[in-house]
Amino acid sequence: MATRESRTIARIMMAPSVIVLLIWMIVPLALTLWFSFQNYNLLNPVVTFAGWLNYQFFLTDPAFAQSIVNTLLLVGGVLLITVVGGIFLALLLDQPIWGQGIVRILVISPFFIMPPVAALIWKNMLMHPGYGIFARIAEAFGQQPIDWFAQVPLFSIILIVAWQWLPFATLILLTALQSLSEEQKEAAEMDGANAVRRFIYIILPHLARAITVVILIQTIFLLAIFAEVLVTTNGGPGYNSTNLAFLVYRTALLSFDVGGASAGGVIAVILANIVAIFLMRAVGRNLDA
Amino acid sequence: MGSITLEHVNKSFGGHQVIPDASLEIEDGAFVVFVGPSGCGKSTLLRLIAGLEDTTSGIIRLDGEDVTQRGPAHRGLAMVFQSYALYPHMTVRQNIAFPLKMANTDKATTERKVDDAARVLNLTDYLDRKPRQLSGGQRQRVAIGRAIVRQPKAFLFDEPLSNLDAALRVNMRIEITELHQHLKTTMVYVTHDQVEAMTMADKIVVLNAGRIEQYGTPMELYRTPANKFVAGFIGSPRMNFLEGAHAEKYRAATIGVRPEHLRISRESGDWHGRVGVVEHLGSDTFLHVHMEGVGLQTVRTEGEKEFVPGDTVWLSPDPSRIYRFDQSGLALR
Repeated sequence: MATRESRTIARIMMAPSVIVLLIWMIVPLALTLWFSFQNYNLLNPVVTFAGWLNYQFFLTDPAFAQSIVNTLLLVGGVLLITVVGGIFLALLLDQPIWGQGIVRILVISPFFIMPPVAALIWKNMLMHPGYGIFARIAEAFGQQPIDWFAQVPLFSIILIVAWQWLPFATLILLTALQSLSEEQKEAAEMDGANAVRRFIYIILPHLARAITVVILIQTIFLLAIFAEVLVTTNGGPGYNSTNLAFLVYRTALLSFDVGGASAGGVIAVILANIVAIFLMRAVGRNLDA
Repeated sequence: MGSITLEHVNKSFGGHQVIPDASLEIEDGAFVVFVGPSGCGKSTLLRLIAGLEDTTSGIIRLDGEDVTQRGPAHRGLAMVFQSYALYPHMTVRQNIAFPLKMANTDKATTERKVDDAARVLNLTDYLDRKPRQLSGGQRQRVAIGRAIVRQPKAFLFDEPLSNLDAALRVNMRIEITELHQHLKTTMVYVTHDQVEAMTMADKIVVLNAGRIEQYGTPMELYRTPANKFVAGFIGSPRMNFLEGAHAEKYRAATIGVRPEHLRISRESGDWHGRVGVVEHLGSDTFLHVHMEGVGLQTVRTEGEKEFVPGDTVWLSPDPSRIYRFDQSGLALR
């Protein structure tokens, strides 16, 4: 990009893709905004202007406050489990063991299973109160089996989603761990740091950037968790496991209220931005070189 | 105090023997250099002393005490690595203070020791910088600072200058030597550069394929090499070796003559040859002379003498400086 001419050509060459991306993003967002100000119900052929009514209804919906709390709990819970568990697994997998390659593939395999399938496996094979493995284990110890999706619905979903995202966190953290120079660890050892202190003072700071990447990327996806809720609890009991994405779905496709769902979608975008700003403030500085 | 003793130390990786049997006595306060070609096991030997590798058999003593089974943290040694191994997320001050922090030293003492080390190493102005904001030589000094604050029994250096450019290397060579004179602590220094070994060492250990070929002062090694390997490795440019008829005249399988002990003349001499490449260094001139049936020989002459490629010359070795070796390469005396 040395000369003015090459810069101009570069701009012209890039323009088509930039324009396509812009349309790709702007059109759905504009349509959502437009619908959110309309009385647009699939059961009613007449579409009229609604003003802020859709927002008013969505925000005063008794499910709304709970869905926000559930969304944040879901994101926070999964992040906690995957980051802590991911560091632990990465440390284990970094050890030289026999069959390392196979173990690593096994560890990342949950990531390849599509969310509804994973959720159904958990629902029917593991967490079912009648014939699930957890119930059998509880019975073996003479305990009353837990009816996971009735008693702790949100926690059950957090477990399932954490299981799916643990491989991602492990993989990113493992590669970061492997980039730590052997000499640095040896130097710390010579300096008299034991294993725990080496972890706190050398390994954890080295992983800071990778942990930030894991948190940021996972948050983007976790804010929009939907399939796991749909196939396990359907948002219930009550609104106990309804998150914002599921609430939008309910409004749009169960109540046929496209206008209200669009208002929910706009609120979800605003929430995502608030979370993003908060995260960038909290951990974003780790990304600076 | 810091004398280091190795007794029949053996190290194998898998089935591959890296160090067959090394015995060595390093006196307290000595500056000992391990030198040898790459892959000769000199770094492994240093890491065995540091405790970063386990010995396969044999005993390592520090001040007479058996430390073979002790971990690196409990041997009281400090090491400077080739890559410096500074902690990138810590400032220079935190880097230097790290060993003290690990030893739970109180704040005031830590501060005093770090400041002392920084003053000795000219790092006072850089204490609040991160390692990535420093030059190679400064990073090197931080690594040394981290080593000296602990007041270890001995310092171990693993090729510490090989990442520096030539001019800086000469400076750091002098700084480390001065540091040794100032601290009077035992230092073990690994390098593949025989110039570093000759200039810095009190005593040199020449290693080849894991074996200790010779252990002695630089001048002992230069004057009385124990075998052909040491003779060829120590000294720059390397010694000329002649076999066959030339050697038989001196009742040896091989004779060696250093380039500085060959006299060159245009008129007469013992050996006849033709000048090939001429390297002018200013103070010296190295002539590469092709000798009939023997090959290339290097001659060192004063810089003022002018020879051009193709000149026919005569070479005469200094008879008192001819090294004789038997069939197996051992020196004959």
